[in-house]
Amino acid sequence: METVWEWFRWLDKTHGIDLSVFYDTGDRHRFLMGFLTTILLSLTCLMSSLAIGFIGAWAQQSQWRWARLAVGAFIQFFRNTPPLVQLYFFYFAIGGMLPKFADASGMASPLFGSFFWAAVSLSLFGGAFNIEIFRAGIEAVPRATIEAAESLGFSKGQIFRLVAFPLALRFSLRALNNNMVNLVKTTSLAYAIGVPELLYVSAQIWSDQLNTREMMTLLLFSYVGLVGAMVWGMHRLERALRMPGYGQ
Amino acid sequence: MKWQLIKGAALLSLAWGLVAGTVVPAMAGTFDKIKERGKLVVGVKSDYKPWGFIDAAGNLAGMEIDMAHDVAHRLGVKLELIPVQTANRIEFLQQGKIDLIIATMSDNPKRRETVGIIEPLYYAGGTNALLRKGVGVSSWQDVRGKKLCGTQGAYYNKRVAELYGAEIIAFAGNPEAMNALLGGNCIGFVQDSTFIGSTLASGDAKWADFEMTLPTEDEQGWGIAVPLAELNGPYGDFMRKVVTDWHRSGKLIDIERKWGIKASPFLQTMNKMYR
Repeated sequence: METVWEWFRWLDKTHGIDLSVFYDTGDRHRFLMGFLTTILLSLTCLMSSLAIGFIGAWAQQSQWRWARLAVGAFIQFFRNTPPLVQLYFFYFAIGGMLPKFADASGMASPLFGSFFWAAVSLSLFGGAFNIEIFRAGIEAVPRATIEAAESLGFSKGQIFRLVAFPLALRFSLRALNNNMVNLVKTTSLAYAIGVPELLYVSAQIWSDQLNTREMMTLLLFSYVGLVGAMVWGMHRLERALRMPGYGQ
Repeated sequence: MKWQLIKGAALLSLAWGLVAGTVVPAMAGTFDKIKERGKLVVGVKSDYKPWGFIDAAGNLAGMEIDMAHDVAHRLGVKLELIPVQTANRIEFLQQGKIDLIIATMSDNPKRRETVGIIEPLYYAGGTNALLRKGVGVSSWQDVRGKKLCGTQGAYYNKRVAELYGAEIIAFAGNPEAMNALLGGNCIGFVQDSTFIGSTLASGDAKWADFEMTLPTEDEQGWGIAVPLAELNGPYGDFMRKVVTDWHRSGKLIDIERKWGIKASPFLQTMNKMYR
């Protein structure tokens, strides 16, 4: 491994291509931690946005008018505002209003840090789109299938869980895939509230080393790799869930 | 399939070569360019009161903006001000978006490899922290493991993190970092001592619970910068003469006083030296 790092040092010395994240131990550690933070933030947001999408789509089918109205308002609010504005809103407006608690050193500090607010804000943002995606999937389930389930004596809840949603999920996968890719890319906005993710650590590194061009390029390829891996996984899922006669 | 992979790899390496290997063309003749278009474009700060900030009327104002006006006046051209941030000012100059940096930029060896920092330097400041009162920090050693807000791209972030073990949460600009400090997201704000001094001196009530008690460390001079290729050309020579004249005539001391900044010992020393 050491020879690989030394090769990058040589690349810097002789060709002026300064990829300090490979030969400098400190930068390497920073970059790796940034990469892990991006992955962790992405996974958290993906999972919770899916949960929000599921619950929202279910509530949208509800008989209670207020539940449908609440979901509608939620979607309007989070789909129609820029994610960066939402991040600032949660971190500075909501975070600043919450009560503070004494930490180990006896200082009053806020309950939640920047990572938490980034995860909350991006999950809600991604979730709002997921609700719509699931809804479109549910509406695509043939009316006859639902009627068949009704005539077999399924309850409304059972129909949603056992018939409509499994079909809707398959119809939604393609659109869901797009939204998930977008969400992973949007995690880079967390840079603005000081979450040490990939873009944040890269900015720190290029400010110290002044190797902006190299870092920008590396950053781009890092995201290509990350999103590529996720898309590959989603395609595997799409194939695994494939049902002959439905869409494929 | 194999052929496609090879083609893909070739394309990727070509792209890498294009991006990483391209040498930024030497921008010879900025001096001529400025005179030809009759306009000097200067990158200044907009979040660094009172060196560079946006005044009540919405215009950029401050000590460094006055300096920029003076340079344009001496050149006999019009002035265009572009607000820059700590993390992008050097790129703006390299790309030719601006002709000159006057943006609270500290001098250091790494930066000298990338931009042409004009000597003499025009100002000096050190690293300090705006601390909330009663956080129990009486020396730099006490910040170990504590959260400090900062500004992205500032050179002292790394030093404070590595030397004293503080956890730095860096924001895009000073307003965001200061909001986070007021919101209790960190115990202090690492910044230049001059900036903290003038923040506290502004008499704004929201800073009543804050203080600057640590010793100022790692004093660095601030330099204006021209493209590296022109440091020793006519443009660089001209700027050196301007800054020398600022020190000799006491102009910087006058502007500093005009903006109500506490007199900097650096300016007094330089004035004595050149007078």
